[in-house]
Amino acid sequence: MPNHQELEKIASQVRRDIVRMVHAVQSGHPGGSLGCADYFTALYFEILKHNPQNFEMDGEEKDLFFLSNGHISPVWYSVLARSGYFPLEEMSTFRKIDSRLQGHPTTHEGLPGVRVASGSLGQGLSVACGAALTKKLNQDSNLVYSLHGDGELQEGQIWEAALFAAHQKVDNLIATIDWNNRQIDGDVEDILSLGNLRAKFEAFGWEVLEMDGNKMADVLDGLRTAKDRTGHGRPVVILMKTEMGQGVDFMMGSHKWHGIPPNDEQKEAALAQLEETLGDF
Amino acid sequence: MAKYAYTEKKDTRSGFGAGLLELGKQNPNVVALCADLTGSLKMDAFRDAFPERFIQAGIAEANMMGVAAGLTIGGKIPFTGTFANFSTGRVYDQIRQSIAYSGKNVKICASHAGLTLGEDGATHQILEDIGLMKMLPGMTVINPCDYHQTKAATLAIAEHEGPVYLRFGRPKWPVFTPENQTFEIGKALTFQEGNDISIFATGHCVWESLKAAEALEEEGISVEVINIHTIKPLDQEAVLRSAAKTGRVVTAEEHQRNGGLGDSIAQLLAMKQPTPMEMVAVNDQFGESGKPEELFEKYGLSSKDIVAAVKRVMKR
Repeated sequence: MPNHQELEKIASQVRRDIVRMVHAVQSGHPGGSLGCADYFTALYFEILKHNPQNFEMDGEEKDLFFLSNGHISPVWYSVLARSGYFPLEEMSTFRKIDSRLQGHPTTHEGLPGVRVASGSLGQGLSVACGAALTKKLNQDSNLVYSLHGDGELQEGQIWEAALFAAHQKVDNLIATIDWNNRQIDGDVEDILSLGNLRAKFEAFGWEVLEMDGNKMADVLDGLRTAKDRTGHGRPVVILMKTEMGQGVDFMMGSHKWHGIPPNDEQKEAALAQLEETLGDF
Repeated sequence: MAKYAYTEKKDTRSGFGAGLLELGKQNPNVVALCADLTGSLKMDAFRDAFPERFIQAGIAEANMMGVAAGLTIGGKIPFTGTFANFSTGRVYDQIRQSIAYSGKNVKICASHAGLTLGEDGATHQILEDIGLMKMLPGMTVINPCDYHQTKAATLAIAEHEGPVYLRFGRPKWPVFTPENQTFEIGKALTFQEGNDISIFATGHCVWESLKAAEALEEEGISVEVINIHTIKPLDQEAVLRSAAKTGRVVTAEEHQRNGGLGDSIAQLLAMKQPTPMEMVAVNDQFGESGKPEELFEKYGLSSKDIVAAVKRVMKR
């Protein structure tokens, strides 16, 4: 069981993987990926009950994870590879022809770790609710986790699912919102404001937690607290404050790096800020 | 003398409801979801018998499709129920990404398809759903023709691994296929053999085709009537065999000409065996309020229109 310093080292390598993947193919979404590196590392290396060596779609007696904002696939692919779902070298195929690492995650190419396609936004919370209901029907007491972008909350389906989860008492679900206030065209609050997000989820009948998604100790605490809150008749949501581009100074502070790759010089500048802790792929 | 007769009329949606109830008894993994149309879809019997396996999704179809996709993870076989319009057009992207592209074993069960929904009018009379669904890679598309066939199809799709679109309707319609039949997905049924013309029909238009065949036989025209209940995958062999025998084809369906059964058959024949052909279908129009029979007449889907199409193609 790694302590949080060790998790931070993994997260640093994950950030290097993100930058190198996106640079290699000159496409992809580095900003949100970097912002969520700590969450993914904590989830996959500490929190989730899973079996990377023997992935099964049905995930019986395991925790499940769904990525709803599929464009941050680089961070997920890195954490899946680093935790043993597939070989590290496969990261070099990201977004290239004949790859299992599609631009947006999919089950279609058989990549271990992925249970539904995502990319068209707003769909993952519904899927997570369905999977959580099946766990209940199967008397499987393990949990379902999901991650969503804050911009993604502009999709109406999210709020259909939010109503549904509360009404159906989907209390074995922990949804996390990557609350970085950035989307492609600018700041979320300028594009289509979410208003008081805590009050909204509370009004929908959810248990609401907040955490700093870029402080490993806080992420671990937040996820553990969320686990404690499951099983009490209400779905749980974590509003996770992050910084888009976290870890690379020139990618932070704006929405600019949502979906553009670094050039050679920028890649070197980024990697200089991210310690190679586990060996590059 | 007619080869096909009926003693009663029943709605195909009731065939679905009866099939679903039976499935509930047979298979503990079958779960059902409905978007506030439980009575209309005849899902109440399943709901009452298996409340723990029935999920009321409310008027939130997009979420219902996503929930259904998620339910498959862990081995459930979800059957979603709502009107055809809300089962397809309204939720196309959810079906495309979370169900079809993700390869999920969801059965999308759609009632009130086509003009025969009747008085509610064009907002609800979807005539594009077969096209929408058949375009999705890996999607099976089925449109049964009467109560018994719909019940049998409902049972059969639970055994099929993969996404299925099952389309049926609202009105009471002649029941003329056998009770307790075995339904084979993708297998065309020859209801009547003939030598001069092949009529390929699906859904409510199968009965119209049998009526048309009767009228044509009286004029000395030998008609083959083939029921294509599975539009995708299409029984290519059956279509090519019959078209080769008769040399003339008419298709009949309660759907737009663009994207429907006729379009699939035309594509097959054009590539493999060009054959003179006419299509009985709605031609680039929206429907309107009215009684099912009136609408069939006004929009050119009745047995008279099928007879006229046969005569047109026989002159070519």
